[in-house]
Amino acid sequence: MFSTSLTASDLLFMLQGAWVTLQLTAAAMLIGTLSGVLCGLLRAALPRASLPLAWVLDVFRSVPLLIQFVLFNSLKSIAGLDISAFAVGCLVLGIYAAAFCSEIVRSGIQAVPANLRRAARSLGMSYWQDLRFVVLPLATRVAFPGWLNLVLSVMKDTALVMWIGIFELLRTSQSVVTRIQEPLLVLCIAGLIYYLMSLMVAQLGNRLEKRWQEND
Amino acid sequence: MIEIDKVHKSFGDLEVVKGVSLTVNKGEVVSIIGGSGSGKSTLLMCINGLEPIQRGSIRVDGTEVHAPGTDLNKLRQKIGIVFQQWNAFPHLTVLENVMLAPRKVLGLSKQDAEAMAVKQLTHVGLADKLKVFPGKLSGGQQQRMAIARALAMSPDYMLFDEATSALDPQLVGEVLDTMRLLAEEGMTMILVTHEIRFARDVSDRVAFFRNGLVHEIGSPDQVIGNPQMAETADFLKSVL
Repeated sequence: MFSTSLTASDLLFMLQGAWVTLQLTAAAMLIGTLSGVLCGLLRAALPRASLPLAWVLDVFRSVPLLIQFVLFNSLKSIAGLDISAFAVGCLVLGIYAAAFCSEIVRSGIQAVPANLRRAARSLGMSYWQDLRFVVLPLATRVAFPGWLNLVLSVMKDTALVMWIGIFELLRTSQSVVTRIQEPLLVLCIAGLIYYLMSLMVAQLGNRLEKRWQEND
Repeated sequence: MIEIDKVHKSFGDLEVVKGVSLTVNKGEVVSIIGGSGSGKSTLLMCINGLEPIQRGSIRVDGTEVHAPGTDLNKLRQKIGIVFQQWNAFPHLTVLENVMLAPRKVLGLSKQDAEAMAVKQLTHVGLADKLKVFPGKLSGGQQQRMAIARALAMSPDYMLFDEATSALDPQLVGEVLDTMRLLAEEGMTMILVTHEIRFARDVSDRVAFFRNGLVHEIGSPDQVIGNPQMAETADFLKSVL
């Protein structure tokens, strides 16, 4: 009853896909976090002047990721750009993550009480010293759970890059399904791998949060 | 010397300070009393440039606080301020709270900043709380930490903005004792306070603020003991 044609090499193939998923997530979060922090800082410091930036980010937050992938990939072909589908995947996911990240950062900064910033400035600290030593450390604690959520959601959104021809975890699983015709088993395993990867990230995050909470 | 000359300060259409003049000499302790909304706290925020003013001038040791070219970060190094809300930096230990500005603003070495911080924290009676995070302290202890934090910058002036108003009654005494200690050491201080008896004890002069103006000013015995103006007497009757 429990016989299966799934071979070790099939499993290995899926794990290679999982590795691509992790790489995509890491690259996208790197792009997304760096530009998200920059945009979020701008949004918090100059809410009015940075309004156009907010509109642009809103577009990337609102248009379904699948559409963005396909449009970007076509644009790449039309413009004749010589970049890999993987690079397109990282870029699109990165911008998408940046759009969310900037809101997370902005709300984190705004959560720092104005009185605390006043106290910092009253000690002679400059705007940048206040930002660096008081605002950012506190905003990080507020923003971190939201950022962690974003990592997990981006990890799952990487599955969409299979539509532009990248063999990540879901795409590799599907080709195994096509070969051995056991969709339930294979998708269960794929789901389990996603779960374990998420669990790993969440555990790391929890440990960090706990360390901060001990001080409060 | 702090020279406040016909200062006007508004928030939008609401004028809170309406032409206050007041001079505080080196070594003097001046208390400002008065009802809420009389402009006393606002005036303190103007003295170190945390709030801009609309008219008049404030000079600290001859430096025009609100002149465009004034380096406020530098000026604030010599004006310590303690707020009603103690505003401890929650992510730093008590020691780190006090060390931060001397390290980053004055550029002291870690050893020097730590020595200064320990000295000031000992001064306010928190020598046993160095490694503790502020969240674990009582309000009174956090306020004393805030005083040590301001003192660690070696300021020439200390401003206290209702430093005991947000404290539980049983914690007021320890903070007032710390302030009294400073006054006895000759620190130049301006206290905005509702602690009338304390103001009478420690002040060289007391100013009664009303409607954004200095209504009556003089020695504590005169203003609190024997007020000349009916409004001052009424106010004192309502709070004592």
